[in-house]
Amino acid sequence: MFCCAGCEAVARTIVAGGFDAYYQTRTQPAPRPQLASPAIETSEGQTEAALMLEGVRCSACLWLIEQVLRRERGITRADVNYTTQRARVTWDPALTSLASLVSAIRSIGYDAAPYDPKREEEQRRRERRSALWRLFVAGFGAMQGMMYAFPAYISDGELSGEASQVMRWASLVITAPVLAFACAPFFAAAWRELRTLRIGLETPIALGLAGGFVASAWATVTGSGEVYFDSISMLAFLLLGARYFHLVASRRASASLDRLMRWTPSTALRTGDRLTVAPGERVPADGVVEQGVSSADESLLTGESRPVPKRPGDAVVAGSINFEQPLTVRVTRAGADTQAAAIARLAERAAADKPRLVEAADRVARHLTLVVLLVALAAALYKADVWIAVAVLVATCPCALALAAPIVLTRANAFLLANGALMTRSSAYQALERVTDVVLDKTGTLTTGRLSLLRVAALGRLDQNSCVALARSLEVSSRHPVSRAFGDGPMFAVDEPKNFAGLGIEAVVAGRRTRIGAEFFCQELARIGSPPSAQGCSVFLADEEGWIAAFELQDAVRPEAAALVADLKARGVQVHLASGDRPQAGAALARLLWIERFTGGMTPHDKCVYVERLQARGRVVAMVGDGLNDAPVLARADVSFAMASGADAAQLRADVVLTGNRLGALLDTLDASRRAMRLLRASFGWALAYNAVVLPAAALGWIGPWEAALGMAASSAIVMLNASRPMALKEPWKASTSSSRSPSYSYS
Amino acid sequence: MESLYVLVPLSVVLVFLIGFVFWRALHSGQFDDLDRPAHDVVADDDKPK
Repeated sequence: MFCCAGCEAVARTIVAGGFDAYYQTRTQPAPRPQLASPAIETSEGQTEAALMLEGVRCSACLWLIEQVLRRERGITRADVNYTTQRARVTWDPALTSLASLVSAIRSIGYDAAPYDPKREEEQRRRERRSALWRLFVAGFGAMQGMMYAFPAYISDGELSGEASQVMRWASLVITAPVLAFACAPFFAAAWRELRTLRIGLETPIALGLAGGFVASAWATVTGSGEVYFDSISMLAFLLLGARYFHLVASRRASASLDRLMRWTPSTALRTGDRLTVAPGERVPADGVVEQGVSSADESLLTGESRPVPKRPGDAVVAGSINFEQPLTVRVTRAGADTQAAAIARLAERAAADKPRLVEAADRVARHLTLVVLLVALAAALYKADVWIAVAVLVATCPCALALAAPIVLTRANAFLLANGALMTRSSAYQALERVTDVVLDKTGTLTTGRLSLLRVAALGRLDQNSCVALARSLEVSSRHPVSRAFGDGPMFAVDEPKNFAGLGIEAVVAGRRTRIGAEFFCQELARIGSPPSAQGCSVFLADEEGWIAAFELQDAVRPEAAALVADLKARGVQVHLASGDRPQAGAALARLLWIERFTGGMTPHDKCVYVERLQARGRVVAMVGDGLNDAPVLARADVSFAMASGADAAQLRADVVLTGNRLGALLDTLDASRRAMRLLRASFGWALAYNAVVLPAAALGWIGPWEAALGMAASSAIVMLNASRPMALKEPWKASTSSSRSPSYSYS
Repeated sequence: MESLYVLVPLSVVLVFLIGFVFWRALHSGQFDDLDRPAHDVVADDDKPK
């Protein structure tokens, strides 16, 4: 048993060269190759790898591989992506190894290799060619078989016995390679299903083909009975055509996801490296611009194709394309830590996960297969006619149930990613479709989150500049949008900083406990009410001796916010604004955007209760936040959206991450999920209705083998064409009106 | 009638011959990109400077 194809090739070369004495005389085995691939990473005692699967024919194969992997000892997680045909496996290196995983996959007749873009490209070309070649053999065989069958159809019994025998033998010679070569994948898959005792979608097809051929061949050899060589070839052609179409459609669906996944950030770079990115080049790692003024196309990550201006101090992301001038960049995150790599991993995880509706359909398909086999057997025994069994096996098409979902979901994921919304869980589509209420957070969601300092009120012994410096020092460890309002400049030494989510920060400065944040949070330290000069301020600074300063901040409302609220209402969705802000400031914003349901001054816990109360009334709640401070509420809501403005995408715990930082992607997501679920329901509905009609008809002998073949292929084609319908009937959402006023901001 | 005994086997041989020709075409990469020819028709400028 070899650990990889490379070792096997080496061993073959050695033996073929006549050097097999090496294996008899060696005293030590050769060292194992170290797999240093970006597709494999280790963390917390768990190793995770992306494996390319080879020899996969349809979704049933992928399901089988997933089940076998999950039963292996030492494997903590195994998810197979039905579109990219990659498995994401996590295992405990103490209990098992990559080599034994691969041999487990091999034991059921497939192969696997660590994900490598070049190798995958080569593998895809091979698969495409062989699929096309099989399709041609079957199609040509069907055409020619028809020619030989034609005289028998029109002669009305006048054809002489000898002439008819010549035609039958010619048909046999043509059909044999069609069955032996073109249909080989069906037989291989059916054999696999039998051997592992998991009856799947391929068994009925293989039985139908083999049964029809053997019965026809027997009729030819003995010179008696009926032959249906033309029907068998035609069935093979139609089935392979459906498979080929499925291959092309799923490749096309995953094309834009692949672009992201195939672009791998450079692993040669380290944090702190400096490099120059020439115009027209892709930035190889996340970093900060040190020199140069240019603009970059970040569409690979955000879907936004307009170039983003870049100046010294601005962040650039791996995968973006530098446009005008060379940029000198200091690397902050490289390789697998980059934003692009994190987004690719999230996108892949989303593709590995299925809505409940799809899981149910998969289960029905498997049960249906068993029913079909039993009905075929019973009908054939009852009427003593093998052709009835063939018609039943061929006409029913349980696979139509399994075909549509991977295509629809991948296309929806790809469509949304291109428009700035990254789905991290495909199972969220079902909840997204039914959303009745959208709860919006204020800071960083309805507003841009880029705060600026409007006024500083010095309340104690320090002057204004020292107040700002002290605030800056306390906020420096925080990711909160407030921290950026204080800019760069001199700082104080700060000890033991502690972050109180939604309240503020406490630390020890010059031996005194000091707090920055909401008014009542600071008042606990200052122990007296704030002076009147702090009127209108939102961020406070105090220590144990009393008030130090108060700051008035302002935050620009996103220009598209008002139109978004209006369009959400037009779709019958109730809009709520839940803000941790002072009620007055939030109320002004709510009035500006025409949001009737507004609550201010909420702690994260209050927000959770608010969402729970809505859910108790049977509402389906989508929560939109910045993904960091409102993580508990996001987890509570039925569906969660997070704005990815500057934050690390990998840390966001949300179902949908708005990577483009564009609020309109929220509407695109709602619309696309409604459409995706409609397409899925239509496909499932069709597949169920078709099988319900055709199964009894075939069992009663009303449908001949060739009609069955046509029906099955037409059913597959209808399902696939339905799944390939456009994801959106109109352009991505854009704000029709804009308003940008800047209400004052408060800490939340 | 006797011609059938020659023509039918001949057609079978022909089928295998045509199959071989297609196999050669496939493996020389003719069908690897089926989208490009459609675009080539629209792009009139065969020799861009």
